[in-house]
This record gives sequence, C-alpha cells and structure tokens, in this order.
Amino acid sequence: MQLLQLLISGAAQGCIYGLIALGFVLIYKATETVSFAQGDLMMVGAFAALAAMTVLGLPFWLAVPAAIIAMGLFGVVLERAVVRPILGQPAFSIVMLTIGVGYVLRGLITMIPNIGTDTHTLPVPYAGQVLRMGGLVVSAEQIVVIGVTGLLCLGLFAMFRYSKLGIAMQASSQNQLAAYYMGIPVKRLNGLVWGLAAAVAAIAGLLLAPITFVHANMGFIGLKAFPAAVVGGFTSLPGAIVGGLIIGIVEAFSGFYLPEGFKDVAPYIVVLIMLVLKPNGLFGEKLRKKV
Amino acid sequence: MRFLFKTDYNQDIRLAKHGGQTFWYSLLGLFLVTAPWVIQEYWLAQLTFVLIYSIVGLGLMLLAGFTGLFSLGHAAFLGVGAYTQAIMVNAGIPFPLALACAGLLSAAVGMVVGLPALRVKGIYLGMATLAFGFIVEEIMARWEHVTGGNSGLVVNAPALFGWELESTNEFYFLCLVVTVLATLAIANLMRSSTGRAFVAIRDSEISAQSMGIQLARYKTMSFALSAALAGIGGALYAHKIQFLSPEQFSIIQSIDLLLMVVIGGLGSIHGAFLGAIFLIVMPQLIALGKDFLPAAIGQAAGLQGTVYGLVLIAFVLFEPMGLYGRWLKIRAYFQLFPFYRKGMFKRQKSFQKSDRLK
Repeated sequence: MQLLQLLISGAAQGCIYGLIALGFVLIYKATETVSFAQGDLMMVGAFAALAAMTVLGLPFWLAVPAAIIAMGLFGVVLERAVVRPILGQPAFSIVMLTIGVGYVLRGLITMIPNIGTDTHTLPVPYAGQVLRMGGLVVSAEQIVVIGVTGLLCLGLFAMFRYSKLGIAMQASSQNQLAAYYMGIPVKRLNGLVWGLAAAVAAIAGLLLAPITFVHANMGFIGLKAFPAAVVGGFTSLPGAIVGGLIIGIVEAFSGFYLPEGFKDVAPYIVVLIMLVLKPNGLFGEKLRKKV
Repeated sequence: MRFLFKTDYNQDIRLAKHGGQTFWYSLLGLFLVTAPWVIQEYWLAQLTFVLIYSIVGLGLMLLAGFTGLFSLGHAAFLGVGAYTQAIMVNAGIPFPLALACAGLLSAAVGMVVGLPALRVKGIYLGMATLAFGFIVEEIMARWEHVTGGNSGLVVNAPALFGWELESTNEFYFLCLVVTVLATLAIANLMRSSTGRAFVAIRDSEISAQSMGIQLARYKTMSFALSAALAGIGGALYAHKIQFLSPEQFSIIQSIDLLLMVVIGGLGSIHGAFLGAIFLIVMPQLIALGKDFLPAAIGQAAGLQGTVYGLVLIAFVLFEPMGLYGRWLKIRAYFQLFPFYRKGMFKRQKSFQKSDRLK
C-alpha cells in the first residue's frame, strides 16, 4: 500500500517534470537548441493564470485557456525576437541566451510591486479534495496532474500523427533542408514550436501551482526536468514523459527509503548513470554519419 | 599603423608582442602594485574580489573558451577548494600547503567529473556537469561533521610562516601574486603544444584525433587544470569572505561564472579579467543607478537579475566576442584609422553542423 502511495505521488511529480521536459524536447527536435528558459516560462504561465483570476476576475474555466493561449503567443514572440537571430550559432551561445531570458523573466516578475515577491495560492476548484480508495489517500491535485498529462499526450500524439501541422513539424525536425524543399515554412513552424513548448510549460505551471504555490522561484523545478529529458532521450517526445515519470518515481522512493539528502540528488545520480550506460537516453536515436 | 618586423622565430611566441604591449602592461602592473596607497579600502576589497574571480575565470576560460567543453557546474570546484582550504587552515596547516592541497583536491575532483565527459558531447556534457554540481553541493551540505553543513564554517586568516595576513593590503598582495602566477601559467600553457592541442579539440575533435591528439588525455587534463585553478580561487575566496556555506556554491554561482566568461569574451585570457571586472562592477553600477530611476523600478528586488539577463542577451545577440572582442574592434578602428571597414570582424555565416548526425 505504501508502495502504491509512493508510486502515485512520484508519478504526479514526474508528470510535471515530463511536461517541462516535453517542452525541451520539442524545441530540441525542431531547432536543435536547448532552452533553459522552460522553467521560467512555466512560472510566468502560473503568474499569468493568477493575474487572469485575481486582477481580471475571470472564472477558472476561462482563465486557464486564456493563460495557455497567452503563453503560446508569448513563446512565438520570444522566438521571433530573440532566438531567430542567433539560430545557427554554436549551441553554447543559444544556451546562454536562454539562460539570460530566464533571468530576465524571473527578474521582471520579481519586480512587479507587491505581487512579485510573495507566494500566492492559485484558486482552483479542486483544491484540497482528497480521494480515499481502500487504504490509499490520493489528493485531487495529483489525479488532475496525471489525468491532464495523459490527455495532453494523447492530444499531441493525435496532432503529430494526423494533422498537417504536426506532420510538417515532424518533417522539419527530421531534415530541415528537405522540409524547405517541400515548401514547408520552416521558420514559421519553429516559432509555432516555441509557442507550443511555452503553452505546455504553462499547463505544467497551472498543474504545479496548487501543489507548490505560485512564487518567483518556481522555475528552478525546471532544472530537475533536465534529468528527465536526458533519461528519456533528447530526441524522443514519449521519452520525455517516460523520463519524467522515472525521475519522479525515483525521487519519491529515494525520499522515503534512503537517508536524508538523497532525495534531491537522486535524479542527478540517475542522469550520471544514464550518461555512462546509455548516453542517448532510453528512447533516443543514434544516427551515424561518415566523416 | 604598427608593422611588426620579425627576424626570429622566438618573436612569434613571445608573451608581449611589441614594445607597446610591454609598456602598457608595465603600467598596469605599476598601478596594481601601488593600488593600496592609491585607491580607497572599499575599492581595494572589490579589486581583490576581481582578482579572485579572475583566477576562477581563467580556469573556466581554459575549459570552455580554449577546449570547448562547457561546464555548468563549475561552482562545485570552487566549493571544494574553499572547503578544503577552510578545513585545513582551521586545523592549523600552513597556508601554502593548504593552498596546494586545495588545488590538488579540486584537480582530482575535476578528473572524476571529466571521466564521463570523455564519452558525451555538447549538451550532455552540460547535463553531466550540472548533475555533478548539484551532487557536490548536496554533499557539502550533508557532510556536517566535516563541513559544518548548512550552518556554515568560519575560516581563519591565512598564516604564512608565522606571519598572519589580516589586513586588506596584505591579503590583496597575496591575491595579486597568485593571480599573476596563474595568468603567466595559462599564457605559457596556451603557447605550448598542450595549449594548441586544447584549441584543436575545440575547433574539431575529429581533425584533432586525425592529427594524433589523444582526446581522453587532453580532455581530462583540461578538466583537471581548470578545476585546480577554480580550487585555488576558491581557497582565496574562503579567506576573503571568512564564512562559508553551501548555498554560495549553487547553480546560480555556476551560471554567474559562465556569464562572466561569456561576457568577458570566450577564448581569450583578457576575457577572464574583463568578465571578472564586469561581474564585480555591475552590482555597484546598479546600486549607483538606482537613485536615478523611478522608485517603482529602482527599489524593486528583481532589478539586478533583470539587468544581468538583459546584458547577457544583448552580448550574445550583438557582441558574441564579448567585451574583449569589442575592445579589439575599437583598437582596430584606431589603429587603421581612417581605413576601418564595418565588416572587418564579421563572422562568416556558417551553420553549426547538426549534432544529431554523428
């Protein structure tokens, strides 16, 4: 019973990591850049929903889509303004750029008078409810996290498989030159991919907010999502979710069974083991090219 | 315009290329040596910080700028050096021995970190070093009976052969000596065959291997040397701030070090110094500028982070060669006046080869 309890709480946490890792992988697949700004985009998404609910007074069911769409647009604008000029430069420059973007987002949110430096609760309709099944105590937030992640995965799978946009995105991430030849507007698609990644980050933020509350340092959880992406493989979308689940469950179990302090480092030890044994991750692809 | 007429191979590898360089660096040396009597004590303390961060910056420049291996967890080496120094000096071991041990232990940790680095490239190396950074920080926090854990560790003053260096002036001279030695060491390293091997690895690993450079050996050496310098810098840092706690060596410090190296200018020794100056001077400038900004912006808590982020973005977008690159362009403009053309330092728009097709 304890095992199942840990499994569920680990899976819920892991779904959050998986969603942020999904954003990383989306961006990496499309433009081969690693974005360190995902965690901070998640934080901005949560704050956007908070602003929609408290300042604009929208009800929950209106504020959530509004926040997600707003973050999507923000992602597109970010890509156009900041990322497109330096695509093609060494990967390190782009990483530093996204780190800078993260700094700016964090700083701007902290600078908002009164709201930025406090911790807020996001008023969700299912807050505090608990489900009891047998000996199992599961909070509604965890169920919502797992459920929404599942639905989102199905939605993304359907989009990538059946819609023209999804197929075009797959094409441009597999071979950009061929995509250009086929008339696919690659640059516009890259913008959309960034928008999609930002929207996914916003969803992650909305799911995380009832658990950890909304505050400016929420974005640091994004750093734990990197092990998730590495474990799953940077080039695989389902791998990101699976990697997130693995990291979440490992964290939950090590928090319970191992001595104090191992909980925070367990994901990183898993990363190191993964990099030594299988550097491309569980589902990553390893292509070879002759020199 | 200056024309260098070379008659001897040795002139090619001299540290100071011509008389003008000797003159200006001697002037800088004169200023640094007479600084305690010229500038106020507060600015002398800041200058000491600049020297300490430059040593660490030289290490990170060696790793990231010259060998092309990007480490997101460099603060871990800083912490290892700082804690080693603190524990040894508190136990009564003389300062030079403790400093050497701090450097050696950091180098050993650097080699351990470097071992997985041999197998992974690019972003995966960043992840591995990030993971190491977190693990080392957590070890420093949990290993309480050695490091004092989260409640911190007080550091005694450095004692050299019975002579305690307590005043700001004396500590400043100690840092200056160590910095000068480190700079000369790195400058010499980069003009030796090892240094050329590092640069070859950065430019193209496959070509370097074809030339007979053993990647494993040189990458491990680069990690070890870079970590050793970070450890020595950390040891001096411990003495400067006199109180250590694990939060000072977190990922934020790692990113600050990277920021320093990128803004200073990747791939040059001057870049480490310019970046260190930027890192120390920027908070002062922000503090000075706060009075001129409207209260809503000036007194806000997140101002420093926003400014750092904006400066970093601006440098990456508009001045990828960093502060040193900008200085090179300005100097070229004045040297070639009025024949400077706008596109002189323009990079060829080459696109990064896809990492996925290896």
